[in-house]
Amino acid sequence: MTLAILEYHWVAYLRVWRSSVVSSFVLPLLTMLGFGVGVGAYVTGGVEGVPYLDWMVPGLIASTAVQVAIGDATWPVFGSFDWNKRYFAQAAAPPRVRDILDGNLLFVVVRVLMSAGAFLAIAAAFGTLHSWLALTTLPVAALAGLAVATPSFAYAAAVSSESYLSILFRVGMIPMTLFSGVFFPVESLPAALEWIAYAFPLWHAVDLSRAATLGVAPAWPALAHVLYLVLWAAGGRWLALRQFTRRLVV
Amino acid sequence: MVSLVLPRLLAPGGPARRSATMIERNVATLRGAYWIVVASGLLEPVLYLLSIGVGVGALIGDLTLADGRVVRYAEFVAPAMLASSAMTGALAETTFNFFGKMKYQKLYDGILATPVRPIEIALGELVWAMLRGTIYAAAFLALMIAMDLTTPARALAALAATVLVGFTFGALGMALSTFMKSWQDFDLISSVQFALFLFSGTFVPATAYPAVLQWVVEVTPLYRAVHLIRALTLGGVTWTNVIDVLYLLVLLALGLVAAGRRMGKLLLS
Amino acid sequence: MALIRARGLVKRFGDFTAVDGIDVEVRAGEAFGFLGPNGAGKSSTMRMIGCVSPPSDGELSILGLDPRRDGPAIRARLGVCPQLDNLDAELSVRENLTTYARFFGIPRKVARRRADELLDFVQLSERADAKVEPLSGGMKRRLTIARALVNEPEIVLLDEPTTGLDPQARHLVWERLFRLKQQGVTLVLTTHYMDEAEQLCDRLVVMDGGRIVAEGSPRALIERYSTREVVELRFAAESQEPFAAKLTGVGERVEVLPDRVLVYAADGDEAVAEVQRRALAPAGVLVRRSSLEDVFLHLTGRTLVD
Repeated sequence: MTLAILEYHWVAYLRVWRSSVVSSFVLPLLTMLGFGVGVGAYVTGGVEGVPYLDWMVPGLIASTAVQVAIGDATWPVFGSFDWNKRYFAQAAAPPRVRDILDGNLLFVVVRVLMSAGAFLAIAAAFGTLHSWLALTTLPVAALAGLAVATPSFAYAAAVSSESYLSILFRVGMIPMTLFSGVFFPVESLPAALEWIAYAFPLWHAVDLSRAATLGVAPAWPALAHVLYLVLWAAGGRWLALRQFTRRLVV
Repeated sequence: MVSLVLPRLLAPGGPARRSATMIERNVATLRGAYWIVVASGLLEPVLYLLSIGVGVGALIGDLTLADGRVVRYAEFVAPAMLASSAMTGALAETTFNFFGKMKYQKLYDGILATPVRPIEIALGELVWAMLRGTIYAAAFLALMIAMDLTTPARALAALAATVLVGFTFGALGMALSTFMKSWQDFDLISSVQFALFLFSGTFVPATAYPAVLQWVVEVTPLYRAVHLIRALTLGGVTWTNVIDVLYLLVLLALGLVAAGRRMGKLLLS
Repeated sequence: MALIRARGLVKRFGDFTAVDGIDVEVRAGEAFGFLGPNGAGKSSTMRMIGCVSPPSDGELSILGLDPRRDGPAIRARLGVCPQLDNLDAELSVRENLTTYARFFGIPRKVARRRADELLDFVQLSERADAKVEPLSGGMKRRLTIARALVNEPEIVLLDEPTTGLDPQARHLVWERLFRLKQQGVTLVLTTHYMDEAEQLCDRLVVMDGGRIVAEGSPRALIERYSTREVVELRFAAESQEPFAAKLTGVGERVEVLPDRVLVYAADGDEAVAEVQRRALAPAGVLVRRSSLEDVFLHLTGRTLVD
């Protein structure tokens, strides 16, 4: 049943994939060129012993994964309840609420993997990958995607107006992207802010991805990163299922 | 204040009260959300400044400008953030909102039944949007002064320039929105906008680009805006900044004329 | 055998009771209707039958199964056409059917064949590859009905199937639903149009304020709660009220509405003749056959469509 829901989202996606290529692929690529290459030229000493571009690319892969995931977990989810009522149509058929939720989450994972995969290929073409372990950025991207998508699903299912979705972007996603060690090491932040960065799921994905592409040890034990992300994903899924049930079974 | 007091005065008993509280709740949530959106719009460029200007700035250190002056990276990047957010705000207000109101809310059709002309409505909207944008810009400049990235006198000049930048992009956005057919077109606009944001000498001097790219970049409106505002906040205004102002003014006029013509055609046909 | 059986079925939302203890039995092959004004509890009842809304109290059994426990299994054998079309505007007409079929575990090939048959059935074959958005209201409704049939359901639930459609589109929908009925599909529908109920339903219940106020075939209900004919009299005056008193004894019963007076009589022409004998001189006179509207008016003292 979950797979039937996934298939449904995939068929719908094939109709509109062109416009999503821009947001999930072209924009991050431009960031890599404009920022990674441009600013990188001025970071003369490199960062942590590697060129700035190489240092930043894994962060960009992780943050793109998270952005794609939150993007897919906000307006589309809100719209499936309030505009096209997709979820209600699905709930009238055999799928259970958890099938509807999980199928949609799976689709988000597919989307995350697609953009992370494409990005990884380009990163390889630019010669920024230092280790075959770089391939593990893909499962990391999937896990990070789930860690942020699940609470966002719950949020999008709970809010009463779409203005709240912009708020999530501005208050949640943008600060997270800016202060999770994607563009500069979090250690250079004031201590209090540093701990906020550690609280963001994105930082854990960035640190894991960076360790993978550079072939070095992560700042925290890899298992701790993974567990923290799983905790977000599991907690978010619990909240999302509760909220979906509230909306679909009344 | 009125919004706080009013619901209390209108609170009869029974079912009427229930539906009244429902409405009250919806109004309250919407109003709350709207203000958070407005307030967070204020926060966004600040966060960018702290992340890129301060965080990345620590990696870059000082930057040598074309005229040989050495400045901190935050000093260099802050005016570009200001110009970019003036652009983003003006475009969001004019393209997205204007398109929605014109196409879906049919708001203008009602007003047009009166003697008001389309461009007058659009100008009214633009001025309102710019008022908000000016408050954002002033707050950002205040922060720049606090962080010692500019002086109060320079900030005042930069504020005027930011208003000009906002109006120019607002006029461009209005003209563009008359060509929009569907929401998909906005993906294109926001991509172009993002590319401008990245490549308009925002994060690194345009001289860092290959010569061809540098020429392309230098004729884009955001580059001119960044160039102008940066000269004002850092000091060192030259005759090239007069070109910036003229360029923006011409674009503003062109945008208004195009928007006025197209709107008349779209709404009155 | 009863496909749907409800005993003392209740649905509460907080302290509001939408459905207040109803007993219903729907038999295989019949077209069963819930007639009532907006807010009567019809849609809540339908949602409970559709297993997307757990009953607050009472018994409900659908196809011999318990919706609290066997929701997915029951939904697999139901077709649902909701009041507001929830088609996917991003998909083509055919994809709306094929993707929905997959929710029922129908293999892709079968889904495609069935989609084509159903599009033929609802007369949308020419639009199979078109987008959903530009379709007319009637076409969208027919497509939603086709989607409800994609799993070859034993029961089809239709919530206000023709609300919001123009007369021509309504007749087309009725005609298709009638064909379904002939094929032996059990139809359960809600409506607040008495002509729809009379056209489609073998049996119906009249609901008001969450309760069932009458039950039977349209014919039987009219016979029991109304007369054969009705005379509608319009008087050119501010209030129709004073004329009602002068009509006592004409026909069997008199109802006063804001804009007209209804005289219930076995023989309408005879009643009109009596009105003329009393020299009441109404501005307008119309003799018609009794309808379910009259039944509802008699049962609740209110009209169905305000």
